[in-house]
Amino acid sequence: MTAIHGAVLQQGKSALDLECVRAEFPILRLKINGKPLVFLDNAASSQMPQPVLDRWLKYQTTQHANIHRAVHYLSETATAEYEAARRKLQAFINAKEEREVIFTTGTTDGINLVAHGYGRKFVGAGDEIVLTTLEHHSNIVPWQMVVEEKGAKIRVVPVNDRGELDLEEYARLLNPRTKLVGVTHVSNALGTINPVREMIRLAHEKGVPVLLDGAQAVPHMKVDVQELDCDFYAFSGHKMFGPTGIGVLYGKAQWLEKMQPYKGGGDMILSVTFEKTDYNVIPHKFEAGTTPIAAAITLGAAVDYLHGIGMEHIHAHDTDLLDYATEQVNRLPGVRIIGTAEQKAAVLSFAVDGVHPHDVGTLLNEEGVAIRTGHHCAQPVMRRFNVPATSRASFAFYNTMSEVDALVAGIKKVQKVFR
Amino acid sequence: MVATKQLYQEVILDHNRKPRNWGALADATHKAEGHNPLCGDHISLTMKLRDDTVDAINVHGESCAICKASASMMTTTVRGRTRQDAEQLVREFRDMAIGKLDHEKQPHHLGRLTVFAGVRDLPTRVKCAILPWHTLHAAFNSVASTTTEAEADPMHAPMGNA
Repeated sequence: MTAIHGAVLQQGKSALDLECVRAEFPILRLKINGKPLVFLDNAASSQMPQPVLDRWLKYQTTQHANIHRAVHYLSETATAEYEAARRKLQAFINAKEEREVIFTTGTTDGINLVAHGYGRKFVGAGDEIVLTTLEHHSNIVPWQMVVEEKGAKIRVVPVNDRGELDLEEYARLLNPRTKLVGVTHVSNALGTINPVREMIRLAHEKGVPVLLDGAQAVPHMKVDVQELDCDFYAFSGHKMFGPTGIGVLYGKAQWLEKMQPYKGGGDMILSVTFEKTDYNVIPHKFEAGTTPIAAAITLGAAVDYLHGIGMEHIHAHDTDLLDYATEQVNRLPGVRIIGTAEQKAAVLSFAVDGVHPHDVGTLLNEEGVAIRTGHHCAQPVMRRFNVPATSRASFAFYNTMSEVDALVAGIKKVQKVFR
Repeated sequence: MVATKQLYQEVILDHNRKPRNWGALADATHKAEGHNPLCGDHISLTMKLRDDTVDAINVHGESCAICKASASMMTTTVRGRTRQDAEQLVREFRDMAIGKLDHEKQPHHLGRLTVFAGVRDLPTRVKCAILPWHTLHAAFNSVASTTTEAEADPMHAPMGNA
């Protein structure tokens, strides 16, 4: 047995010692309505382990000052730690250069940066943006704003009844007017892992850059942006066991250098007069104002934590959880799983016959089980599957099989109330 | 949780299973749509007023049990009542749901509708219960469409005087 960050690796199918892992997440000790918290809303936001929480406190108590500015000790320390965090994130997604890693406030911010910096510059009248039915609103609305302004249009890749993208239709949608493909790596509503490598290859054959929404992918699997060859990759810190208010946009340097800044302000300039401003080099060109320094450094600690446990172990355990939950929920009469793609991350959307998801959510909460109910900011997905909303259990590596059992027992109770 | 148990009691579950006055009136004089965009609840209300009295009222739509039962019980309660009485109930129901009216201590005309009092302890569900009443208020005032958000948010703004 090897101790790594307090988590102990052991022989067996699932290599995580969950007791040790869970002991590092203080919030998991909570009781809700007198019952142990069963936190299955990780796709919305995940929890932070003690070493990551400690990093925040260490920064604020011994290292904090504004970065890239003053010459005093604290400013230099904070700057060094901030840039060290950038390199950790670079390694996390295997970006070629650290300047290709831009700190944002989250996935939404990253996508808006691309919509503004790339979209407003390179999309013109009659051009097309290809998106998919599986997109979160955050990868739809920014593009609607661009196409409305430019007189361009959005083309949408359809999905089949399992929640898988129609690749043939996707290939047909690509044409000389296509200026960008925006696709979610993993669907937040259904859990589908999209065939992004193939989609990127097809787009690049036509010279079209691809933006991946990686918010739901990075907590579950090893992501290698060079191997994927994506042009942009956006993700959030708070869905990968880091804090809110921080995220990353990866962009190929060749694009970032051509793009216009998203926000104007301090730190993104080289020189300013009232006649003209020369912009700073990337990534600083896109990091105007004082960035969430503490959150960025803490996210770096979350990366260390994930490296310590090993993304391969996380992926294996997440897969076990999904397989077990799928099997158990499938056994329940009157419960239908929505999203049955061949390739799925640990997200389980379901509908209970005759019971609205909000009632499911309220009654599960009574059992201490936290799930998300609603449209998951993905109304086109809901419409495609002809449901107003779904109940969604989403797992993280600290979840256990017995928590899946608690979910299933909770669903049975809901059915009993509504019998 | 006591509030949850109180809420999902038989009368509410019964109205959810068999909602009364469910459907659309062909000869409606007033109608309104109600939406709760956060959870996707949608209520469509048609009503026939005669001499300022609710002669007939129907609702239908897609919603959770709390919203559906609230809509169903609303129709059975306000039918035959004057507009003024019904609007009084709209205000009292809203006040009860947001915890402004203590139905055990203060006077009211809510009758069996007090089964919904438990929503005041479930902030995320208050709007589910209020939506049908909000929609009724909109129908009286011939507002084609209403929502539980923004200025019309019952959690933040008064519903106005009718």
